[in-house]
Amino acid sequence: MLDNIQILIEAPLFTVDMIVNGLLIGAVFALIAYGLALVWGVMNVKNLAQGDFVILGAYVAWTLFNWGIHPFFGIPVAFGVLWILGWCIYKLVIYRVIEHDLFTSLLATFGVAIVLQQSMNLIFGSDEQTVSLGMESISLFDNAVTIQPTRLVAFFCAIALAIAVIMFMKRSRMGQAIRATSQNARAARVMGIDTEKVYAFTYSLNAAICGAAGALVAVIWEFQPFIGLIFSIRSFVIVTAAGLGNLPGVIAAGLGMGVLEQTGAFIIGTQFQQAIVVGMLVIVLLIKLLIASRKRQVIDI
Amino acid sequence: MNLHFAKIALYAGILLLGIILPIIFPAYMGQMTLLWLMVIFALTWDILGGQMGYNSLGNIFFFGAGMYVTAMVQIGMYYDLAEYTSPAGGGIYEFTFTQYFTGMGVGFLAAAIISVLFAIVLGRLVFGLRGPYFAIGTLAIATVVGELVSTWELVGGGGGISLPNYPGEPAGSRALFYSMMFILAIVTFLFLKWLYSSRFGLAINAIRDDEEKAEGMGIHTLRYKTVAWSVSAFFLGIAGAIFGNYNNFIEPLEVAFPTTTFGIFMVLMVLLGGKGTLWGPVIGAVLFHIIKEITWTYLLGWQWIALGVLIVITVVYFQQGIMGWLMDKKPHWFGIRVEGDKQRLSDMVAGEAK
Repeated sequence: MLDNIQILIEAPLFTVDMIVNGLLIGAVFALIAYGLALVWGVMNVKNLAQGDFVILGAYVAWTLFNWGIHPFFGIPVAFGVLWILGWCIYKLVIYRVIEHDLFTSLLATFGVAIVLQQSMNLIFGSDEQTVSLGMESISLFDNAVTIQPTRLVAFFCAIALAIAVIMFMKRSRMGQAIRATSQNARAARVMGIDTEKVYAFTYSLNAAICGAAGALVAVIWEFQPFIGLIFSIRSFVIVTAAGLGNLPGVIAAGLGMGVLEQTGAFIIGTQFQQAIVVGMLVIVLLIKLLIASRKRQVIDI
Repeated sequence: MNLHFAKIALYAGILLLGIILPIIFPAYMGQMTLLWLMVIFALTWDILGGQMGYNSLGNIFFFGAGMYVTAMVQIGMYYDLAEYTSPAGGGIYEFTFTQYFTGMGVGFLAAAIISVLFAIVLGRLVFGLRGPYFAIGTLAIATVVGELVSTWELVGGGGGISLPNYPGEPAGSRALFYSMMFILAIVTFLFLKWLYSSRFGLAINAIRDDEEKAEGMGIHTLRYKTVAWSVSAFFLGIAGAIFGNYNNFIEPLEVAFPTTTFGIFMVLMVLLGGKGTLWGPVIGAVLFHIIKEITWTYLLGWQWIALGVLIVITVVYFQQGIMGWLMDKKPHWFGIRVEGDKQRLSDMVAGEAK
């Protein structure tokens, strides 16, 4: 463990490599977490099925890739497919848990997550899959810094998607309605906004964002049906650390998460990767607790 | 009088079933051991989740902790633990009758004590979290501990440990662990029945209803919450110790800290039966276990999807659970007299109108 830290100190370029790669994958994490922050902030639902939407999006892109379609076109298709799925799940399940407490939505979406995960396992099998673009990796500074071009492509796609979503939220009528509902749902209803429609739209939009992010995940990593939960936990860590409705915070925390995971996995070993992600959640909660206890408060909704 | 008699008949019936069924159907003894384990899971989850309003998703941590503590004590008392668990060790480890039972007694005691200690220490950390943060925080703790144990070489890492073999016939060991689990379930039930009828039960219900007001009325909430969690940890720790020995082999992710199976089952069973009641968890556990066994037998391959659908349906459409539903429909069964209350209410309204 100490040897690995030694390597990082002696070869600063290697550290640069870690950070660059971490930032590149962090953009995808930030995109997924943004979807969660949206749903959490607007309709007060904690979506534990987040990661499974991502993996489903990855499988959509993979299926298209097997049919000979370039994964780049998988992004809009995954967006569309997941939009429809999100809408169905909203009408069947989420619609009925909005009024209940948050624990109910947590459990209900966990049930949805199990159903999605196991359906994918039955349909696609539990083998690890990946979509390979067949691009050479880019090496800089005498091979000290290696960048996978797929990660670069995914990074820019994630940025473009995020910008599109943010512009939509800022400029369009629906975006305004969503923001109004998140500020005060009752006042929004009084003002004539159909909050029911806003909720359905928000949840579908979140699922679609996850699907598009999933198409990027398919290009970057190997994936299998059971890694969804870790994506959900990642986005929980990011949103909890950044706070709701804090968009720059979510992006910064997402990028930070990518870097921490890369360096952490390098320093203490890749078998700890899952433990790092979950441990980070514990640490974030503890820090929030310390801050709150200084103000003599508790961590509440 | 009639109700009293019915209650005694019910208790006697359950006791008789618990004793007679495994004698008639010895093949189902393993199933019934699991059934009592599920009852213990549901009852201990309900202390916090139902009675105190703290929905923990990480209670399974104490189960695994008890399991690992008893394994370490039972083996460590007579052999070198590191040697026992090392993959290259390969020696034959025999436990005599006395060694086995002494180790088990000390191991169970240690499991209970250390689980309670963990509950006290963790309680300090996590009871500042409320609502969903508490659920996520406890889930994270249980998951991270499972991951860490699976890299801890001294206890066998991800490969797990085999516990000492029972010195005697395998049938004897099955009967032994069945009766242990049965007695533990009965003791848990009776203890909680007493606990909920005491001042303590009222205090934790007050915490559930409004924690700030409860604190304002002079209830030392942190102390009550820690004690409630310790009770839960105590019984879960012993249950883990028994289950580890019954299973004869323990492993961190699937057996000891299964946050996504047993950890979720316990919540689901309580919701199914009706949370915040004494009998709800028991009914939920029995019903859930039967449903689970049927789906696992007849829907193999689809069993997890069935489980997910069951979670969604229970949570979304059947929140109040069986006991809640019964209380709603048949209040007189529970000594709640709606008619009388309505009459009194209308009298009060009439009185105010005058």
